[in-house]
Amino acid sequence: MTARRLSSGGRIDRSQTVTFRWDGKRLQGFAGDTLASALLANNQRIIGRSFKYHRPRGVMSAGVEESGAIVTTGRGARSEPNVKATQQELFEGLVASGQNAWPSVRHDVGAVSGLFSRFFAAGFYYKTFMGLPPFETGRGTGIWMQYEKLIRKAAGMGSASRLPDPDVYDHAHGFCDVLVVGAGPAGLAAALELAQQGRDVVLVEQDFELGGDYLAQSDPQAITRRDTQVAALRAAGVRIMTRTTAFGLYDNGVAGLLERVTDHLASPDASLPRQRFWTMRAGRTVLATGALERFISFGNNDLPGVMTPNAARSYLNRFGVLPGQRIVVATNNDSAYAVAGELAAAGAQVILADARSDAALVAPKGVELRQGLAPFNASGGRGVSGIEFASQQGGAWRVAGREACDLLLVSGGWSPVINLASHLGARPIWDSALACFLPGKTRSDIHMAGSAAGVWQTEACEASGTAVARQVIGADTALPAAGGWQTPIAPLYEVRVPGRRTKAFVDPQHDVTGDDVRLAHQEGFVSVEHLKRYTTLGMATDQGKMGNIIGLAMMAEALGREIPQVGTTRFRPPYTPVAIGALAGRHTGPHAKPLRRTPLHDWNLRQGAVMTDAGLWHRPWYFPHAGEGMAEAYVREATAVRETVGICDVSSLGKIAIQGPDATEFLNRIYTNPFAKLPIGRARYGIMLRDDGIVMDDGTTWRLGESDYLMTTTTTNAGKVMVFLEELLHTRWQDLRVHVTSVSDHWAGVSIAGPKSREVIAPCLEDGEAVTNDNLPFLGVRPVRLKGGIEGLIARISFSGELAYEIYVPSGYGEAMMALLWPQAQAQNGVLYGLEALGALRIEKGHVTGAELDGRMTIDDAGLGKMASPKKTFIGDALRRRPELTDPNRPQLVGVFPKIRSDTFNAGALLTAPGEDSGFGDGWLTAVTHSPALGHWIGIGYIAGGVAAWEGRRVLASDPTRRGPVEVEIVPPIMFDPKGDRMHG
Amino acid sequence: MIILNCPFCGPRDHSEFDYGGDGSITYPSLDAPVEDWHAAVFLRDNICGVQTETWQHTQGCRMWLLVERDTMSHEVHSIRPAHPGHAAVLEGKV
Repeated sequence: MTARRLSSGGRIDRSQTVTFRWDGKRLQGFAGDTLASALLANNQRIIGRSFKYHRPRGVMSAGVEESGAIVTTGRGARSEPNVKATQQELFEGLVASGQNAWPSVRHDVGAVSGLFSRFFAAGFYYKTFMGLPPFETGRGTGIWMQYEKLIRKAAGMGSASRLPDPDVYDHAHGFCDVLVVGAGPAGLAAALELAQQGRDVVLVEQDFELGGDYLAQSDPQAITRRDTQVAALRAAGVRIMTRTTAFGLYDNGVAGLLERVTDHLASPDASLPRQRFWTMRAGRTVLATGALERFISFGNNDLPGVMTPNAARSYLNRFGVLPGQRIVVATNNDSAYAVAGELAAAGAQVILADARSDAALVAPKGVELRQGLAPFNASGGRGVSGIEFASQQGGAWRVAGREACDLLLVSGGWSPVINLASHLGARPIWDSALACFLPGKTRSDIHMAGSAAGVWQTEACEASGTAVARQVIGADTALPAAGGWQTPIAPLYEVRVPGRRTKAFVDPQHDVTGDDVRLAHQEGFVSVEHLKRYTTLGMATDQGKMGNIIGLAMMAEALGREIPQVGTTRFRPPYTPVAIGALAGRHTGPHAKPLRRTPLHDWNLRQGAVMTDAGLWHRPWYFPHAGEGMAEAYVREATAVRETVGICDVSSLGKIAIQGPDATEFLNRIYTNPFAKLPIGRARYGIMLRDDGIVMDDGTTWRLGESDYLMTTTTTNAGKVMVFLEELLHTRWQDLRVHVTSVSDHWAGVSIAGPKSREVIAPCLEDGEAVTNDNLPFLGVRPVRLKGGIEGLIARISFSGELAYEIYVPSGYGEAMMALLWPQAQAQNGVLYGLEALGALRIEKGHVTGAELDGRMTIDDAGLGKMASPKKTFIGDALRRRPELTDPNRPQLVGVFPKIRSDTFNAGALLTAPGEDSGFGDGWLTAVTHSPALGHWIGIGYIAGGVAAWEGRRVLASDPTRRGPVEVEIVPPIMFDPKGDRMHG
Repeated sequence: MIILNCPFCGPRDHSEFDYGGDGSITYPSLDAPVEDWHAAVFLRDNICGVQTETWQHTQGCRMWLLVERDTMSHEVHSIRPAHPGHAAVLEGKV
């Protein structure tokens, strides 16, 4: 291939030189170039290396269907792999390089893998997994892991940057009456007609210029027509979005759009996002998405210098690049004739080989027409240098001569872009006369126009756009018929000559060959969906835009069926790749999820809290003194709670007001334990199950009045419990007169725990007598007034096992409450404690949390079976009695001590008998801590059969990936103060 | 994107809602035998076509709704409050 820039013509601006770097070399192009056109103008042949075989690849197309010129752009954190050079706009300073090659695409050491290509045939991975030849001796995954490393390295595309993405992406929402996708002749006509009829129209175009096929035409009238249409559109108020791809269609008129805002700019404004992800809601959608020219499967059809005629036409007429000097154009349809003539007029020597013998068209001026010839085998090392032809003789292809060339243009027909309609379930219908899939019946709000509907001629496409627009408006207008060629296309997907082996690609981007497709068929993959997955045909970033139909045709031939009987795979979004960053938008880093702060958040920070995540909440983890780390701080805090007093922010607990005449009955049904006779002014710990008998959540519920309760839930399950209560009341127990209200954010709450807790609280109350043992016994609840008149609630509940209280005041009074409590606590040598100390205290007491109630455990598993009332029924009562859930050998909650008390262990370790540490073990550790009270590490967890089954037996906490096994003892789960004397005191 | 026309709030994206489940289930009484509960909780039809399902407008009015939706096309045929008392209020009967 000897490509060169012409001195005139095209839509590039020759007065604006653009300098860019390709594989380290400084090259020049012009404003208006794509990277591909600029590389061609610089006569760069090898742009990429193929996925498996590292074969050299060049520019194969001029659009999104590109399978050859796939490159990496940018540097460092902004390095972007797998960019199609045909889509990348050239800009000053653009840096691009080849990928999947070392040291470069021109000299690639990995190309040797082509010599072992039979190992890389379809299904290679699966066969190796199974220990079949050629790696039979490996038998299993061990040796596979070794091969995999090498294969992964050899087979691949570009590598993503490992650095955080420095760019910003935005989400945006738009609305319109009609969305028109595609700004070629049909799309422009449709948008204009709709706008002139008063519709609010959004026109999206993936290219940086409007015009579509107009831009590639040689006739100056085409550009005039395009300019007139665009001016009229702007005058009519059409909202135009270029560099914007409609990548997916969804229900209710929603289209996903990706707008590339700065990818074409040398120095973008820092305030601009790199890309915008649009959710566009349209009343109607017109798809004028055009058609893609496809190739034919024949030998070496992937060599640099093989491209489609339409691509050559685009490079010639739009970019002023003549991509070859000695050109062979091979076609099976009329569309290549004009291109051949234009190339000849530009000075190239052109041979046009038409596979048909009956074409009515005459040879364009300066073109040598040869009928009945098809391409069979291209030759050349680093680019095409010749082509062997074949002709049909007696039903088979026979070699029929050879011709030297530096550019081989191959057209196997056109495939309308029906991808978007297919997203919504429209089934493609095979049109055997046009040899393509046409959009089937679309939904009533989706309309196809132009060549996307199989209309081939420009004037007919314009008419199609206008007619579709009238249909959208409601007029009863006939649409132009599909087609438009003088001589019918002669379906041609593959050219093979008996007795000659060639490497013929069906999906060049994934290196899938015709032999792979046949191999898959031989091995029994007859469904097109299985063919796709087994060979990976159509699964590369181009999603088989050019190759899928060839693969289908081969499969049809192998099966002895017609293409419609083989079917096609369904297209799915996105039409072209979408950066994950665009999907994430601004929801990254700290904005990935909402942050919930308790009313005491700022106060905690002022006291030096180190925070940690608890669901969406930030909660104090520990409050370090100078020089302390987490390990020292939490031990000090937990010790102080047992010895004096500690205060902990518990505002994040879920709080639900349950009110109404039937509130008592409601609670009695959802909790496993009885609530019917809970007196006013008392709290009760309750457990609720799911319908299937598994524990859902636990917490205390306080009776504030006759028909007025305050339920607390765990922090993490607050939302889930609320939804479940609402579901029960709205859908299941519609006769119950109960109202539930989430009041989690209404209250600031603290736990004051420790033997000195009463001495801390009493001076803070207007009536200190409120917290005497008589006035507020264990599990008592009452309204309380803090000094300064702050109204709140106090309950005597303990999670730590100490004498303890929870005080709730309205959120806005949280800091005022702390201003009273904290000085009193300090006077008692008290501490603030965080989640780590809270965890240590509750593990010592064997209290369960989300780590133990993980959605798999029954109430009996958690050692709380006594809380399931035998005298009443409740949610989950029936299904908790399933045999699987009552097996005595189920895991049961236990405490765990290290056998040698100075040993430590990790949460997540498996509990096993010695020598039985394969498989899932007999149990597992859910939580561990150093116990300040006991002076050594302890844990809780589950083990089959519980304490009784393991008394006196040796047990290991097996932790093979972290620290190895530790011998442990299984003990009852309440490891400290088992009688509970301290909290009743 | 499914759009649900909440009878209380108007048309909203489905992202504001949470899917509940099969809206045609009548749950047994709490003291019903385990077989009845097994059938209600685990033996569900996988309907290809129009099914009645429950959704909650979690990010809106928090009402539980009964939605008749075509599982093949996502077409929503009807939507009403799950609780007859709420429906009566909407219809001005209360």
